[in-house]
Amino acid sequence: MSTGHSVELETLFGDYPLDEAFDEMREASGDLRPQYRALAETIASLPPDELQRRKQSADLSFLNQGITFTVYGRDEGTERIFPYDLLPRIVTAQEWDRIERGLTQRITALNLFLRDVYSDGKILNDRVIPRELVYSCKHYRRPMRGLQVPRNVYIAVVGSDLLRLNNGEFVVLEDNLRVPSGVSYMLTNRRVMKRTFPALFQSYGVRPIEHYPQVLLSTLRSLAPEGRPEPNIVLLTPGVFNSAYFEHTYLARQMGIDLVEGRDLVTHDNVVYMRTTDGLKRVDVIYRRVDDDFSDPLIFRSDSSLGCAGLFNAYRAGNVTVTNAFGTGLADDKAVYAYVPRMIRYYLNEDPILPNVETFLLGEDKERQHVLANLDKLVVKAVGESGGYGMLIGPHSTARQREEFARQIEANPRNYIAQPTLDFSRAPCLIGDHLEPRHVDLRPYILFGDKINIVPGGLTRVALEKGSLVVNSSQGGGSKDTWVLE
Amino acid sequence: MLSRVADSLYWMSRYLERAENTVRQLDVTLSLMLDSGDVDLEVRWQRMNAALGKPAGMDWDGSIDSMAKNLVYDSLSPASVIYCLNGARENARQVREEISSEMWQRLNRLYHQMHSPHSQSQFSGNISDQLAAVIDGIYLFKGTTDTSMIHGQGWQFIRLGRYLERAYSTATLLEVYQPDLFQHPSSESAGHLYLELVGLLRCCTSFEAYCQVYTADLTPDRILEFLLLNRDFPHAIHYCVDGTLQAIEGIQQTGGRRPPEELKAGIGKLSAMLRYTSISEIISGDTAGFLHTIREQCLRIHELMYRYYVHYSIQSALAV
Repeated sequence: MSTGHSVELETLFGDYPLDEAFDEMREASGDLRPQYRALAETIASLPPDELQRRKQSADLSFLNQGITFTVYGRDEGTERIFPYDLLPRIVTAQEWDRIERGLTQRITALNLFLRDVYSDGKILNDRVIPRELVYSCKHYRRPMRGLQVPRNVYIAVVGSDLLRLNNGEFVVLEDNLRVPSGVSYMLTNRRVMKRTFPALFQSYGVRPIEHYPQVLLSTLRSLAPEGRPEPNIVLLTPGVFNSAYFEHTYLARQMGIDLVEGRDLVTHDNVVYMRTTDGLKRVDVIYRRVDDDFSDPLIFRSDSSLGCAGLFNAYRAGNVTVTNAFGTGLADDKAVYAYVPRMIRYYLNEDPILPNVETFLLGEDKERQHVLANLDKLVVKAVGESGGYGMLIGPHSTARQREEFARQIEANPRNYIAQPTLDFSRAPCLIGDHLEPRHVDLRPYILFGDKINIVPGGLTRVALEKGSLVVNSSQGGGSKDTWVLE
Repeated sequence: MLSRVADSLYWMSRYLERAENTVRQLDVTLSLMLDSGDVDLEVRWQRMNAALGKPAGMDWDGSIDSMAKNLVYDSLSPASVIYCLNGARENARQVREEISSEMWQRLNRLYHQMHSPHSQSQFSGNISDQLAAVIDGIYLFKGTTDTSMIHGQGWQFIRLGRYLERAYSTATLLEVYQPDLFQHPSSESAGHLYLELVGLLRCCTSFEAYCQVYTADLTPDRILEFLLLNRDFPHAIHYCVDGTLQAIEGIQQTGGRRPPEELKAGIGKLSAMLRYTSISEIISGDTAGFLHTIREQCLRIHELMYRYYVHYSIQSALAV
């Protein structure tokens, strides 16, 4: 620690390690970054038990509000609060500007890609992206071919995961184009933060994010079928056992729309209705939080009862808008991901503002040989999985795990990609009574209706286990409030 | 309103009412056991069991503490208080967007309070306080419901569940108690009989209300009259039936559809029966049969309501 810090700061930081990884709060020299100075001083000036008290009060408020998620694969105690770190992550106006422009560009290109692939397939004919890569993707949905999507918007709600590398630059790790979740934590974290550090919050000039539900609602409204000026908008949830159920109820309540389950819906003559106490009521827009596979047993998985039989035909007939569209998982396939920079150049004729992480496609012989030889240094991911499942983190793996993955890669190379083990940025978290660095990512939420809207902020996820690189809530991650400064 | 949501609100409310009823009966039974008169403990316990609808697994085993604890905390038994609270919360959780945050937090707090290991380990030491805490939690929830939620259709379904459950459980209670009221052994002392009657009133939180109407002069026929026919006291069956009717009318006013004649007639008939039958007729006639009819009609109302608002066929709905 460099000189010039108060005793309180020294105590708070303890032996806080700094290495080549980017630290969100401190520069390599140990000095505080300017935007974090007021925060650090405020925290340091509080008596230690006061900090603990505020932390407990924040946790309790999450528990009492039932802001919990469900962990799969455990019998008991399946409802947990999403661990919340008191210290906000701060993003400066310049940094945000770049993120915003980069994401707008990227989402525009991805949407054009989906439209292209499900209609003329120009990008495939021009051999910018290999045809077999698209058609072998398990999220490719043949029934979407030639289907006219309202306003040509396939991906109305997106949550892209960003990381910050050692040089301080943000990169996109993945685009979640199917049913991204977590936005309710972004909103509730902010509410708890305002209660926990009101004065500090006020002094910082943080850009508001609270209008997200309203923007989401107008996005959904803008996608309503023609001739339905007062559309009936609903949120379709898989039900109370889904891990994101709290979020579904939260968003429905904040938008003032009905939260429906598949069993509430019926279709008749290609029109979707919901069962109400007043009889059947027509549904115009469905904000879908159910995966493609489970949405309509007539078209997708026939053993699913979560969706609504006949939904897809009603959608095809243009009588109901379902968003995100079906088959959007094609564009967040981890192998297709490698081609996003090329898509941006192809469709927009621009250079990508936010770069990709270097990605090896295992379907290509040369790259596969390289990866198999370097399994202990790389991260291998199954292309169709999410939530941190089906991953091999080379440096933290055992020889047996690597053998297992090597076998699986040889058996089905298209199913895997590899990336270098990223040393992504860390932010200080309150661990016990002092600060320790933990890896963080950033998931901003992008809404695409008439135009692209990104509320300034997002969910900062934290790998709370020391040294861990996995930030997913299902795997012991936590979160922070994210402040974007004016 | 979505049928599923109406269903959940209705059951949330019924489960809470049921939990409250169970807690109160347990509390009264335990305190009556302290003054063990001629009625021995087992008879008292079995009578309470019968008033709770003879739930399985709650048979007398001689150990009052553990039986009481089971009735409160055995989450596998559908009769237990915790089972009802779990049911209420689960239903509430499925309609989080419909109820206010304040209501949810209130219920959630009660749920966590009941599930805390502390609550269970401390139970035997101060049963009475613990039971009072549950009742408090439920009262707070009801108050929050009435003050923080739109008094629209959802609220009417909550009322419907509350009053129907209460009418049904009070009728069951009276049916079980009424033979004892009139056929008590003459050997029993006046003091014990008095306690017995107070106990019955307290099962319906109606002792003080009764005294205001009839003074503390407790007689079986007046008690029966009060709990059956009073139109102003919220735990009297007549009041509950009228509340049910108002809820159905409220549902109609906040929605578009008229309830079927069958449903309104069903409730109206029950209400009229309570209004135009005098207590002397009831006592001189088949009292048990009268009480039994009330229960049957409550079940019928539930069925009709369900068939019309919740589980209707698509064909019938499209035809409208």
